[in-house]
Amino acid sequence: MNMMSEAAVEKALDQKMTTVPYKMIGKDVSVYYGDKRALFDVNLNVRENTVTALIGPSGCGKSTFLRTLNRMNDTIDNCRVTGKITLDDGDIYDAKIDVVELRARVGMVFQKPNPFPKSIYENVTYGPKIHGLARAKAELDQIVEQSLQKAGLWNEVKDRLHEPGTGLSGGQQQRLCIARAVAVSPEVILMDEPCSALDPIATAKVEELIHELRTNFTIVIVTHSMQQAARVSQRTAMFHLGNLVEENDTDKMFTNPDDQRTQDYIMGRFG
Amino acid sequence: MNTSLIFLIVLIIGLAAYFVARSRAVTSANGKLSVLHSLPGYHGTYAAIWATLPALVVLGVWLIASPMLIEKTIRAELPETVTSQGSAPTELALGQVISVANGLRLLSDDELATVTSGSATLRETLAAKGVPMASEAATYLLASAQDYNALKDTSQLAMAAVVIILSIAGAVFALRGISAPFRARNRVEQVILGALLLASSIAILTTVGIIGSMLSEAIRFFQSVSPSTFFFGTVWDPRFAAAGSGGSEGQFGLLPLLAGTLYIAFVAMLFAVPVGLFAAIYMAEYARPSVRSIAKPLLEILAGIPTIVYGFFALITVGPFLRDVSAQLNGLVTGNYVNFIQAQSVLTAGIVMGIMLIPFVSSLSDDIITQVPRSLRDGSLGLGATRSETIKKVVLPAALPGIVGALLLTASRAVGETMIVVLAAGVAARMQLNPFEAMTTVTVKIVNQLTGDLEFNSPQTLVAFALGITLFAITLCLNIYALYIVRKYREQYE
Repeated sequence: MNMMSEAAVEKALDQKMTTVPYKMIGKDVSVYYGDKRALFDVNLNVRENTVTALIGPSGCGKSTFLRTLNRMNDTIDNCRVTGKITLDDGDIYDAKIDVVELRARVGMVFQKPNPFPKSIYENVTYGPKIHGLARAKAELDQIVEQSLQKAGLWNEVKDRLHEPGTGLSGGQQQRLCIARAVAVSPEVILMDEPCSALDPIATAKVEELIHELRTNFTIVIVTHSMQQAARVSQRTAMFHLGNLVEENDTDKMFTNPDDQRTQDYIMGRFG
Repeated sequence: MNTSLIFLIVLIIGLAAYFVARSRAVTSANGKLSVLHSLPGYHGTYAAIWATLPALVVLGVWLIASPMLIEKTIRAELPETVTSQGSAPTELALGQVISVANGLRLLSDDELATVTSGSATLRETLAAKGVPMASEAATYLLASAQDYNALKDTSQLAMAAVVIILSIAGAVFALRGISAPFRARNRVEQVILGALLLASSIAILTTVGIIGSMLSEAIRFFQSVSPSTFFFGTVWDPRFAAAGSGGSEGQFGLLPLLAGTLYIAFVAMLFAVPVGLFAAIYMAEYARPSVRSIAKPLLEILAGIPTIVYGFFALITVGPFLRDVSAQLNGLVTGNYVNFIQAQSVLTAGIVMGIMLIPFVSSLSDDIITQVPRSLRDGSLGLGATRSETIKKVVLPAALPGIVGALLLTASRAVGETMIVVLAAGVAARMQLNPFEAMTTVTVKIVNQLTGDLEFNSPQTLVAFALGITLFAITLCLNIYALYIVRKYREQYE
């Protein structure tokens, strides 16, 4: 990982990956669903203002790991997490941590667009209202405009903010969900296969958006598409059967991976 | 040959047709079963249907039609002295003929000879066989009874012949048609489709029949009492229907009953909705699966308790309890221990009916809340909302139309509920707003008007049908509206 290619340097916006500080550190993370163990002592760190892609065949534990980062696994019955995950040096599984506050700092975008059956405006203001981020309506208006602009949706919906969010197209809905997550001003955004339910054009837009969001947010994305991982991420982690196989710069990962299994998966030999 | 034997024979022919058709189909395939369009079983079933279905239909029709025809013949035979007296004596005579005819079948040949020769009286002979007769038989009776029996025998014999021949003919017809390419499967499925259609139309036709009978009786009521005094009358005082008095002097104002019905239903909903809804939210959102798997069925047991039991509960426990509590309260405040809640009151009936409705509200709402996609909850939780914020701001608003539908369905149950109000609400038809006093409902008055010895031509009795059809219209509208809302909601997620 010390050997950086020209392209990787450019992709990291002239920052050497090794010098980028860690935003979140996962140490010996294991997850159990009842008696079944889904993750085996994963050590994976997420660098600040970087897009980290998690790849691997279905059921390999990449989504499970993603959901440990904002404790969404808590909502699943009989799910147990061991190990240690820190966010800016604070243990997020500490008993003193308020999970609500954590999720405000680590937002999430889901596989299927899931706008609330409310207006576009209310979808975006949902988080800010809950966390009391705005007092006056003008402030809310501003948050809505900024968030929608960041999500690249403003121009498409600015004239119909009060129409239901469920009336948008699939791609627009997903960008609305991104705007909704952005509106809370999180530090990290987790994306769980955000493009798997979208057509190629909508996918391209969301990918472009992820690229832009990197300047303000730390992003972790789970994807089934190797091309997508190669296009949007700077770091890639490969999971297999609940183990972290390899974590590397994306360019190295897709050209000259260290692990034979990564090579096989990327070449389409399994998964 | 009796009917069950004929039935059995037809079934045996059908069974035989099944196996013959099966083996024919197999033979026609020449050992290659894949040549057959339909499996051999379908060919067998096809033949069995042809052998049994038309025969059984004819059997059924015959069984209904032949007694009618025979009675018509006998009625024509009755002497003029009887038939000229009007329809009631004619029917009486006919009944006598039939009972004598049945009695004759019990006699042995010797006894029959003595009776026909006149050496023993019919009455005594039959009485010895346990067939009582009111008076000594008129002369025409014996001849008519013998005719009746002869006709019946002929009819039975003809029926047996026709049915069995039809059954065999059906089987032969079906068997001749069987060949490898024959589409027996499609034919059999058509018959099954017909059976399904028949079953569902029976349910619908019954409903139509019930409405029709209620309507026709209600119309008879409205012939003696004008609809406007019924629907807008404010006094309910039907008086007693003394036999023959015709007595239409009673006043039949619907409004006090309707007011009582709606008031009690309202009080019941006031108790049932918050409790049921909170229970549903707990079950759907908070309860661990182990708790849910026990608590939910337990709650639903409440729905299985017969409403008459709730009625006891109201009458024996809740009513007196409320009465005593109110007396104590009154005593504490004013020093005068007089109860201000009657044992039979709107409150008593409302509370107990509310308890009865809790499982309906909670079970229906629980289904609707769990139907809200998990992705919406995740979306809200992922934004840092707490569980209760998620429920309040996302889950309940999304489920609201469905919940409203569920509440309407529950309300229609509350309006139609009978046993609890009969025992707990009282019978006083009053229009007032004090929930501590007795009021009465439409259902209670239907029960009142239809209990005891009745003649079915006085408005006092017929009013029950007018009340019934009114109640039916109210609950039907509530149900239709509720289904409309529920259906509209369902489209949102599918």
